[in-house]
Amino acid sequence: MSRAFSSSGARALVLSTPEGVRFSLPLAGPVIRFLAWTVDLACILAASFLLDRVLRAVQVVQPDAASALSILGYFVLSTGYPMALEWLWRGRTVGKRLLGLRVVDEEGLRLQFSQVAVRNLLRAVDSLPVFYLVGGATCFASAKAQRLGDYAAGTVVARSLRMAPPDLESLGPAPYNSLKAFPHLAARLRRRVSADEAALALQCLLRRDRLEPEARLRLFKELADRFRSMVKFPDEAVGGIPDEHYVRNVVELVYGKE
Amino acid sequence: MILNLREFIAKETPRWRRLEDLLGRMESDPGFRMGLEELKELHELYLRASADLERVATFAAAPDLRRYLESLVARAYGEIHETRGKSRRPAPFHWFFRTFPRTFRRHLNLFLLAVAVVLAGGGFGGYAVLADPYAKEALLPFPHLLLDPAERVAREESKGKGVHAGEEEDPLRGGKATFSAYLMTHNTRVSILLMAMGITWGAGTVVLLFYNGVVLGAVTADYVAAGQGEFLVGWLLPHGSVEIPAFLLAGQCGLLLGGTLMGRGSRKSLKARLRATGRDVTTLLGGAALLLAWAGLVEAFLSQYHEPVLPYSVKIGFGVAETVLLAGFLGFSGSGGGKSREGAPS
Repeated sequence: MSRAFSSSGARALVLSTPEGVRFSLPLAGPVIRFLAWTVDLACILAASFLLDRVLRAVQVVQPDAASALSILGYFVLSTGYPMALEWLWRGRTVGKRLLGLRVVDEEGLRLQFSQVAVRNLLRAVDSLPVFYLVGGATCFASAKAQRLGDYAAGTVVARSLRMAPPDLESLGPAPYNSLKAFPHLAARLRRRVSADEAALALQCLLRRDRLEPEARLRLFKELADRFRSMVKFPDEAVGGIPDEHYVRNVVELVYGKE
Repeated sequence: MILNLREFIAKETPRWRRLEDLLGRMESDPGFRMGLEELKELHELYLRASADLERVATFAAAPDLRRYLESLVARAYGEIHETRGKSRRPAPFHWFFRTFPRTFRRHLNLFLLAVAVVLAGGGFGGYAVLADPYAKEALLPFPHLLLDPAERVAREESKGKGVHAGEEEDPLRGGKATFSAYLMTHNTRVSILLMAMGITWGAGTVVLLFYNGVVLGAVTADYVAAGQGEFLVGWLLPHGSVEIPAFLLAGQCGLLLGGTLMGRGSRKSLKARLRATGRDVTTLLGGAALLLAWAGLVEAFLSQYHEPVLPYSVKIGFGVAETVLLAGFLGFSGSGGGKSREGAPS
């Protein structure tokens, strides 16, 4: 079963498996897809240019054949390139690879050749009248960011993600964490900190040396105030701790060992 | 759930990497088939990664890890839960001689509808040209069709006489392959558009079919009224006997897509209907493209030669033979043998 949801402008496809696991695929919007298409267009033009260079040798002997091969070559490249690559590379072309995109079945199943073919053949309509205006408009309006070709083929374009485990080592050795002295409050704080808040705090700590001193103070004060408002620790645990140290304690608590 | 993230990642990463490795092998080769042991391992790793995802999903601190596991589970889910037939290695002869004609026959009603629309357009175009000679300029898109038919026939045949007698050089010499390639690609693009316009619930396809019928009807009426029917048939039949059916096949595809969107008389959801017809649309359009490649060759290398270079009887005979062969092929090829599921009924 699949459904789409949108959160703060980012659209995602949520799938539920028969095993009861729910996962979401972040969907690519029309702008990044247009950029990927631009890269693909550049690849097609480059390949056509190379083909023309090769055919110049043929042209000396058989000008008619060279000209015919050039026409056929461009047609095959422009029509077959996205189909062949999306089929062989499981939903990716050069442009999609570079921008981290992948065509996937909207039910999360394996992509079929007919789906790849239909979504690419429908470019004839999506690209009308110029620069994919029809496809772009449909993509903007669609909950699953689908152009007409995706709609007919039952596909979506998702963003491929690579693993990036939290790099806690770069924070250096952990100083004494006074929050751990209150395990029930620490457990409550862990539950209340959202994934995005934790990731934001970690990134702020990792990049703290690159911040202007004033901005650094202001940023960590805001973060510390936010975390303090979630769970109130006794004064003996947090009294006198600078904001940055407090945020560090929270991050260590959320990411680290209990 | 309380989780030591570092330990969790360190412990599970080898399994995730192994799952990635198996999926990578499956994804890099469309024809790849796994042994039973590897399939069991894949299933076990998928279940384990799913369980890991569930654990991480309740844990606030690992958005990147959660997204990575979601991506991994999504890839494995697609491989494990797919029930549609796995795409096999290409079998072009089987596809051309069995799948294509069978698919055509399964949606014959839509082909006949395309024929009816073109005939309606042809009737309109023919009537318009006969009733109002000025309509020709508005209806016909090519300059050579705007000439007086008798004048054009005289011009073409006089060129032919010169070439035949060796007094003039063949005007198509050194350009036939280029012309042929142009015709193939142009006509295939038009066919793709005919199919793609089916996304407008078939309306765009009907309009394009009707328009092509208008042009065909106007040309036919113009030449027949001028007493040049033999030239017309000799000119159009060698390539038209394949090209026109190819366009009709593309129209059939567009109508199939439009009909699927409408879903009249079907209890399936729109998504299920579109899934069922995608393969048939691809097959029919692929067949049409092959026919257009042949038509392009014939039009460039044969159709442009007229009497006395090539007697009309030869050209007409060739066109009739093609028509009979094509009708026999589409009507009967692949009709023997067992049943095969190559698409859903329209």
